[in-house]
Amino acid sequence: MATTTEAEQVTPVGEDSSWYERLKHNRNWLGFLFMVPAAAILLVFLAYPLGLGVWLGFTDVKVGRPGQFVGFDNYAWLLEDDVFWLSVFNTFLYTVVASIFKFAIGLWLAVLLNRHMPFKSFLRAIVLLPFIVPTVLSALAFWWIYDSQDSVISWTLIEMGLIERPIDFLGDPNNARASVIVANIWRGIPFVAITLLAGLQTISPSLYEAATIDGANEWQRFWRITFPLLTPIIAVVMTFSVLFTFTDFQLIWVMTRGGPINATHLMATLSYQRAIIGGSLGEGAAIATAMIPFLLAAILFSYFGLQRRKWQQGGVDD
Amino acid sequence: MLKSTRRDFVKGASSLALGAAFASPALIEAARAWAAESPWKPEDGAKLRMLRWKRFVQSEGEAFQASLDAFTKATGVEIRLDSEGFEDLRPKAAVAANIGSGPDVIWGIHADAHLYPDAMLDITDVCDHLGGKYGGWYPIAEHYGKGRDGKWINLPITISGNLINYRKSMVQKAGFDKIPDNTADFLKLFQNLKKNGSPGGFALGNASGDGNCWTHWILWSHGGRVVDENDNVVVNSPETVAGLEYVKELGENFVQGTASWLDGHNNKAFLQGACSVTNNGISIYAAAVREGMKDVAEDMDHAFYPVGPVGEPTEFHVAFPMMPYKHTKYPNAVKALLAWLMEKEQYDAFLQGSVGYLSHSLKAFQEHPVWTEDPKRTVFRDVAQRSRSFAHSGTLGYAASTVFADFVVVNMVAEVATGARSPQDAAKRAQKRAERYYKV
Repeated sequence: MATTTEAEQVTPVGEDSSWYERLKHNRNWLGFLFMVPAAAILLVFLAYPLGLGVWLGFTDVKVGRPGQFVGFDNYAWLLEDDVFWLSVFNTFLYTVVASIFKFAIGLWLAVLLNRHMPFKSFLRAIVLLPFIVPTVLSALAFWWIYDSQDSVISWTLIEMGLIERPIDFLGDPNNARASVIVANIWRGIPFVAITLLAGLQTISPSLYEAATIDGANEWQRFWRITFPLLTPIIAVVMTFSVLFTFTDFQLIWVMTRGGPINATHLMATLSYQRAIIGGSLGEGAAIATAMIPFLLAAILFSYFGLQRRKWQQGGVDD
Repeated sequence: MLKSTRRDFVKGASSLALGAAFASPALIEAARAWAAESPWKPEDGAKLRMLRWKRFVQSEGEAFQASLDAFTKATGVEIRLDSEGFEDLRPKAAVAANIGSGPDVIWGIHADAHLYPDAMLDITDVCDHLGGKYGGWYPIAEHYGKGRDGKWINLPITISGNLINYRKSMVQKAGFDKIPDNTADFLKLFQNLKKNGSPGGFALGNASGDGNCWTHWILWSHGGRVVDENDNVVVNSPETVAGLEYVKELGENFVQGTASWLDGHNNKAFLQGACSVTNNGISIYAAAVREGMKDVAEDMDHAFYPVGPVGEPTEFHVAFPMMPYKHTKYPNAVKALLAWLMEKEQYDAFLQGSVGYLSHSLKAFQEHPVWTEDPKRTVFRDVAQRSRSFAHSGTLGYAASTVFADFVVVNMVAEVATGARSPQDAAKRAQKRAERYYKV
């Protein structure tokens, strides 16, 4: 095994040594050198595509045809485009409602699964199922569940005598929005639940024992111990959950393609429709770029809001 | 003794899995005779890459593969054939055109060659030869095939028909022997069907095939159009509003749920008996036959779209042209291949294998037995004669493609059919959306 000898480690680099020798022993330079591969990967695979996407938003480039710089022309058009604004509204509605439900149900499930109960491992595995199933498959399953003629939900309600005709799940704009949100919640809960469960398992049982001895009831134990100690995990989980929901594509594309009459178009699906199918790469890139400020806001909220230590510990920030 | 290695087995299994078909000795012999006389002699060592949309029916894919195999054996030109869903194929075709590299031929959809005509190989000699030999091209084929300068930039090998599918018994019960040939009676039929509890319906969701086909028919049937001959946006017109007024009445009689329908929904509803009249290719009928649903297969038939106040057919059917790229190193091999695929024997087999999904673009194939051996296929024979392009009177290009892909016409019709907007408002909004792409 090759090891650095003691002599090499202590040999001082004299003033008369070459620049290469000095560089070779310069910790800052070596640190930079070791960082280069990771930085190159980040630059090539993350920064460059992002930069290119932003740039394309300022051009009128078409698929298969180079474009010209058009400044804010794409954005000016989008400001007047009611389909774009509808997609912004839909994206916010979809993200906010789905995230709230995913968090509430996910946390509830995590607390339940953290208890000692029979078949604990089996139940935890079952909770993960919606996350394991490929999105396209689950979207197809919902496509059937929400079918305008053969929905199992409608059939059940009709059999029970509660309704007379099938519910138009995906044909009515509001029903369609609610339906795709439910599908997203179903799919997103396992991620929140299992990650929060991992967080719950890091909380020392002695804290609960001490609280119980002090006479704390179940709600007080949750609110004073569980929730504050779980906050850092919640911040990370919800940041990711919001990002995934905001940029969702597959569920919508398979179930509605943005219909009916664009009532479920998200910014991601509209961007794809305009850029790839319609060929207007510049405009599609502008729509995608318009998502960045909202995504950044979500990340900043997580870092500067939810992760503040004093806030987590029940105090007030300075 | 034949020795099979594990590798041979894997290769064989892969071929079977892909549905590969091989040419018969007779076909190879015919290919050799054809190659000897063909004016296009492939370059030495030529190899071609071809990308096509995923086949609709296995028999068409096998017939096509057999033609390629015979061509390879007769000319020595190796062909690598890949396939993709046609929506994934379009960006790939565009990128190949943009960077000047990639497949030599892409069998695509619609009029993509018109988006990058300079990247296409001039195949005027091949198309003129085929047109001269087989009775000429239908006008729609020339429209799709030729670029602005009159040169052929892609081979309009086939058009896929999209027509009215209907349940005979339900239509008869509604007081009509068959689908009426005019829009006024068609509305009455829909009203009666609804009264009888067996409504019809058309896709109002963002259905790229069925949605675009029937909504363009409605728009054109009343004289409306997206642009005029000079590409001026004219969709907000009294004719369009008249068409939308018609849609408003028609839509009131649709089966529930059409606002969410994508391309597959009407197939399913029709096969289940929940929808009596809709628009589709021959796939519903083919599925009914394939799945042994005799009651549906026997009780259904196909018809042309009714003619509106304009007094002539105003149908839109989907073109699937082959795009030969200028960047190919082997232009003669490409031309020879395209010519070979459209020669009678190959094209006959292709049409037979397509069982009505795909229709001919050369007039000589009008008499092919595939159109008459089952009378329910016969109307699909004439789709190339009756079809307009989605650009209609305007130019095939980026603006027309984007307006089409952004569902401007589909959304306009859906807004009225669902009662979300008045005909006037929907037409105004469509005008504004279309003007954006035509850079007004």
